[in-house]
Amino acid sequence: MDFATFLIQTLNALQYGLLLFLVASGLTLVFGIMGIINLAHGSFYMIGAYLAFVLTSATGSLVLAIVLGIPLALLFGAFLEWLLFSHLYKRDHLEQVLLTYGLILVFEELRSLLVGNDVHGVNIPAFLDASIRLTEVMTYPVYRLAVSAVCVVLAVALYFVIQRTRLGMMIRAGNDDRTMVEALGININMIYRVVFALGVALAALAGMLAAPMSSVFPNMGSQVLIISFVIVVIGGIGSVWGALVAALIVGFADTFGKVLLPEISGMIVYLVMAVVLLWRPEGILKKG
Amino acid sequence: MKSTKHIIGATALALALGAAFGSAQADDKVKVGLMLPSTGTYAALGAAITNGFKQFVAENGGKLGGREVEYYTVDDESDPAKATENANKLVKRDKVDVLVGTVHSGVALAMAKVARDNKTLMIVPNAGADELTGPLCAPTLFRSSFTNWQPAYAMGKVAAEKGHKKVVTLTWKYAAGQQSTEGFKEAFEKAGGKVVKEMTLPFPNVEFQPFLTEIAALKPDAVYVFFAGAGAAKFVRDYQAAGLKASIPLYGAGFLTDGTLEAMGDAGKGLLTTLHYADGLDNKKDAAFRLNYAKTYKMQPDVYAVQGYDAAQLYQAGLAAAGGDPSKQEAVIKGMEAAKIDSPRGAFTLSKAHNPVQDIYLRQAEGTQNKVVSTAIKSLADPARGCKM
Repeated sequence: MDFATFLIQTLNALQYGLLLFLVASGLTLVFGIMGIINLAHGSFYMIGAYLAFVLTSATGSLVLAIVLGIPLALLFGAFLEWLLFSHLYKRDHLEQVLLTYGLILVFEELRSLLVGNDVHGVNIPAFLDASIRLTEVMTYPVYRLAVSAVCVVLAVALYFVIQRTRLGMMIRAGNDDRTMVEALGININMIYRVVFALGVALAALAGMLAAPMSSVFPNMGSQVLIISFVIVVIGGIGSVWGALVAALIVGFADTFGKVLLPEISGMIVYLVMAVVLLWRPEGILKKG
Repeated sequence: MKSTKHIIGATALALALGAAFGSAQADDKVKVGLMLPSTGTYAALGAAITNGFKQFVAENGGKLGGREVEYYTVDDESDPAKATENANKLVKRDKVDVLVGTVHSGVALAMAKVARDNKTLMIVPNAGADELTGPLCAPTLFRSSFTNWQPAYAMGKVAAEKGHKKVVTLTWKYAAGQQSTEGFKEAFEKAGGKVVKEMTLPFPNVEFQPFLTEIAALKPDAVYVFFAGAGAAKFVRDYQAAGLKASIPLYGAGFLTDGTLEAMGDAGKGLLTTLHYADGLDNKKDAAFRLNYAKTYKMQPDVYAVQGYDAAQLYQAGLAAAGGDPSKQEAVIKGMEAAKIDSPRGAFTLSKAHNPVQDIYLRQAEGTQNKVVSTAIKSLADPARGCKM
């Protein structure tokens, strides 16, 4: 591998890792703060991608679709929390798994009834539909770079909200000691609703941003679900920074694994997970 | 009156041939077991195969071998883990005369074992695993579709004829992909070319960017891939976005562009693929088949519908040779082996291993159609390596 190729592969790894972070960040929030194992997280990613497809077809613009899609996803998340998840906090993980697995089936069936089973493409917005020439034959799509930039901005914004705002303080407090937070007169249920809606919106946004790159297809959520859990576990459950670091590690392991160790590229991510867990069973950045 | 006469005639025939009492009465229906996916990723393919099969039966007066057809269906969910159990339902519980299925090769391999153990006739209407008509071939096992080797081998020849010397292949690391790239390599290297790198990624991973970067660094004359469905659409879009489509021609087995062209948009335009079926074939059978299919099902047929249609034709040919009696399996098999199937894809016969000996077409993507360009190889027979029959 010459140096130019190495640099491009590094770019590939960063870009893939950042996109994975976007999906995993919502999962780590919901899992870490609310203690819910949400297997339906991949479905929210799928719903986001289909929203992008449907809304882009209707409005003619992916940007407009995302602007419309985010509030829809937030509302949908808040509604689901009110209808189903709010009853789960005191139940054990098995019941959470059953409910959220059931939701996967329901969402896939609804998707099949409403949009059908075909593979669809979503067009890249015209102003991002360009490429940068990297080598003699290879170009890099501007859209991928733009998505990476959005992911970085979101990572910073999330950090800011959680570490520097009053809401973030309440979220963190709720994560540490729910009863104490309630005793202080804070409406913890409202906070959970906000966090869950945020988690759904992050997954849906990831789906919307990924739609032009990955195309839109049935069961697309299940592909990101497992890798998202891997990232959450490597990063430390509930840690947004941990998820970012873990997503980048997974991005690099996957990209370079495919090129340098093709024979074991299918399991390399899981090997990384095993090594990290032996080294730090709580995950890289689990706070004490 | 006519049907009464028919019953009397057939009963007499059955008695004359000494069939066991009750086993071959003419009012018996022929039992067809359809084990296809009706849910999951391949649901649409399963539906197309069923539609094609039933269309032939309808054109044949609602009968096969002169008998009413009774269908027994099982959704195989494209799940190899449930395949044996599902096949047993049709073979042992329902005692079907013929087992038709399926799309997924892993499921088909398990079905073939059940069918062979119970000596049930089986027709594979899609699954391309080379083994089915290779090491696992059996007198009772037939295929109306293709082997993974066939379209790939044809593309290897085409790529060499276009003057390419150095090719890189890429596919998912699973049997279909590897059989396909091996078929390509066999023909391409026989014609003097060289496959300089064979790349694989785990199924169903679709993060192609590292491989595109590798391809750009290797700068081959062309790239051959085996992908299908959503992964195919994504790969082709990524290939164009990486700027490679302009400088390095991309070739694939036909599944790359079957049912995926709409999702590919501009990126799919002009892609060359090889398959045993194409849009715009100049034959009357195809024109009639398409018209009838569109009328009945309100949509256009695809290669899967053709394979389903031909599975029914093939069985009809066998039954006709056995006087319409499905219990006379040897006669049915002889009839099927000798049949010349007038398929919408063009007429074909079966090889000794029971796989179609068929023309493979070179097609070019145009809009959402794969228009025939030429016949890449005429009457191509799978080598059926490992088949002892």
